[in-house]
Amino acid sequence: MTMYLDHAATTTMRPEAWEAFEAAAHSLDRNASGQHAEARKAKNALEEARERAATLLGMERPHDIVFTGSGTEADNLAIIGASLASGRRSVAVSAIEHDAVLNAARSLERFDFSVDLVPALRSGVVDLDAIGAAAASKPAVLSVMTGNNEVGVIQPIARIVEIVRRVDREILVHTDAIQAFNSEDVSLEETGADLVSLSSHKFGGPKGVGLLAVRKGVRLEPIIHGGGQEAGRRAGTYNVAGIVAMVAAMETAAADRASFKNRTGAERDVFESAVLAGHPGAKVTARTTERLPHISHIRFPGILAETFLIRLDQAGIAAAAGSACQSGAVEPSHVLTAMGFSDIAAGECVRFSFGWDTPQGAGWRAARSVLDVLGAL
Amino acid sequence: MRALVAMSGGVDSSVAAALMLDQGYDVIGVTLKQWEGPDGSMPTAGCCTLSDAEDARRVAAQLDIPYYVLDYVDEFTKAVVEPFAAGYLNGLTPNPCIECNRRVRFSALLERTEALGCDVLVTGHHARIEEHDGTHRLRRAVDGAKDQSYVLHMLNQAALAKIRLPIGEMTKTAVRAYASDMGLRTAEKPDSQDICFVASGDYRDFLAERLPEVAAPGAVLDMDGAVVGEHPGTAGFTIGQRKGLGVAIGSPRFVVDIEPAARTITIGTYEDLLVDGCAVTEMSFTDQPPSMGESVGVKVRYRSEPFDAIVTAVGDRWEFSFDEPQIRPAPGQSLVMYDGEYVLGGGVIVGDRRSVPMVL
Repeated sequence: MTMYLDHAATTTMRPEAWEAFEAAAHSLDRNASGQHAEARKAKNALEEARERAATLLGMERPHDIVFTGSGTEADNLAIIGASLASGRRSVAVSAIEHDAVLNAARSLERFDFSVDLVPALRSGVVDLDAIGAAAASKPAVLSVMTGNNEVGVIQPIARIVEIVRRVDREILVHTDAIQAFNSEDVSLEETGADLVSLSSHKFGGPKGVGLLAVRKGVRLEPIIHGGGQEAGRRAGTYNVAGIVAMVAAMETAAADRASFKNRTGAERDVFESAVLAGHPGAKVTARTTERLPHISHIRFPGILAETFLIRLDQAGIAAAAGSACQSGAVEPSHVLTAMGFSDIAAGECVRFSFGWDTPQGAGWRAARSVLDVLGAL
Repeated sequence: MRALVAMSGGVDSSVAAALMLDQGYDVIGVTLKQWEGPDGSMPTAGCCTLSDAEDARRVAAQLDIPYYVLDYVDEFTKAVVEPFAAGYLNGLTPNPCIECNRRVRFSALLERTEALGCDVLVTGHHARIEEHDGTHRLRRAVDGAKDQSYVLHMLNQAALAKIRLPIGEMTKTAVRAYASDMGLRTAEKPDSQDICFVASGDYRDFLAERLPEVAAPGAVLDMDGAVVGEHPGTAGFTIGQRKGLGVAIGSPRFVVDIEPAARTITIGTYEDLLVDGCAVTEMSFTDQPPSMGESVGVKVRYRSEPFDAIVTAVGDRWEFSFDEPQIRPAPGQSLVMYDGEYVLGGGVIVGDRRSVPMVL
């Protein structure tokens, strides 16, 4: 029997998204920018989807949503696009950001930007004192993710925004909410951020679609140039089927939030308790910090994650460690390093993540399987 | 029974994986990520590159076996790359493939084989392992021209018992024909000759980059130590080299010695190049060590035929008296002992037979 515990990498597409995708791929297959009836039909569906997404994110103007080709692209547009459009020459990002944010920020060094890395505490929460200091150096953009993709720690975004605003109202605050959308309200109003990135496939939509929610009046320099789509902020022929399917998944996910939190949280808690009971040496990362409900990050001292993952895979359990690089080798995680883990400790950590379709009882069954594999090691 | 197959992305290891399936094993394929570019990604030039890993992955998919990339960058850097550069500076010419086999593939990966629940470790090397009455012997490959037993001499009984080398039983032509029949994408892939972590394919560039000393000009000395010319950097020379010495003397001259730290090369006549023996340390044996005074075949370079020598040992230092004078083996290279087709063991050459041993 196989058991999928890697929903944080990508989760199952929701039936509502499948349905929307199939319908759109069949009947809305023309270029939405054209001057004819079929194009108008596609464009209409696209704009209707944009309005629904705006409603979900509590935004007045649908055109403040920019559709992108991925969550990574949304992060890049936020960091690079907003920085280049500002007159400033530095950016600040937390040390536990996803590579999409970290490397987008680093790419600005080529344009003579300086990059300020805001440290995290051992709890996995970004150091709020350091946020104030970073804001004082007047970066164009300050970016802190809503919920971490590896350890699940939720960042106090509203509090961070408050600190930043008190220092300098001109700083644009970006939050990568890609991992958090399933369980958290990540609207501009709720987070207080100026820029929010989302990725479709993390909440049950198709891959290859994302969006950036932009506060009214924030200027973005495009990073993809071409035919002027998305009000000149992101060129490229519209992926109509992908976008309408993403928005269908968004609506379902948003309506499912409270239940998702309860369901995955319960499975996760049972899973962790059972693993700890059966393998007392294991250590749950950030267990006492507020975490996303679907992520469990556990260190198994003395057991190399690389080996453990292969043994889990052989037993039909899909889990993850660190972040997979292009070759597929497991690399040491910069998130864990930022939280004070030694390289050895970081190499002993495995992430198990649950999803909207995780069945009841899966946490307990998963723990049993994980303990079986541990017993064979 | 479960087999862990080290897949480099070449034809030999591709076929090795297929053969283990034929033998009824459950097979897991792995590629070792041994070195990386400055951004931490897989290298794109040299061997064991990203595209090689991709070939291995595609072959594994075709064979329908699980496949993983294992990160051995730290181990490989510490055990192979750094000693290679440091050894060179001490006047040694280490063989990185042998050090990799000794310290990474057949130590760390062999341990990992067990941790992954596998019974045997399989590679695509051209060599044979035979078992007679519980004793395992390492034998030259069926295809003599492709024989790699030299680089496997460090395997002991415990390792030999855990390793399978199915390719050693086949000629290269047969390996390619098998791959071709199976429709494996690596069937026609050329053999790799490079040192895997040397991206440019030329180890001299790699050395020059890491060790500025070896790319700096220095003196060419004659056998009496008198300066007879200048050279552009010691990295460009190997012992026995005749061409490119930049010195015009009546009779042919050869590189007899290289001292990178002093930036000198010493040249002499062909006779100066000949020695009648060498000293070896760090010896290991596939089974029992040879008896003192025994005559064994010895191979002092990867691509040369064994010649006969008499072996004696004082403590850890082994001496080999050659039956006929031979071109001076380069210190740092491996000497491997053979009994006919069978490997007895080997070690690292530290100097000429009666010279003062170099400090490793």
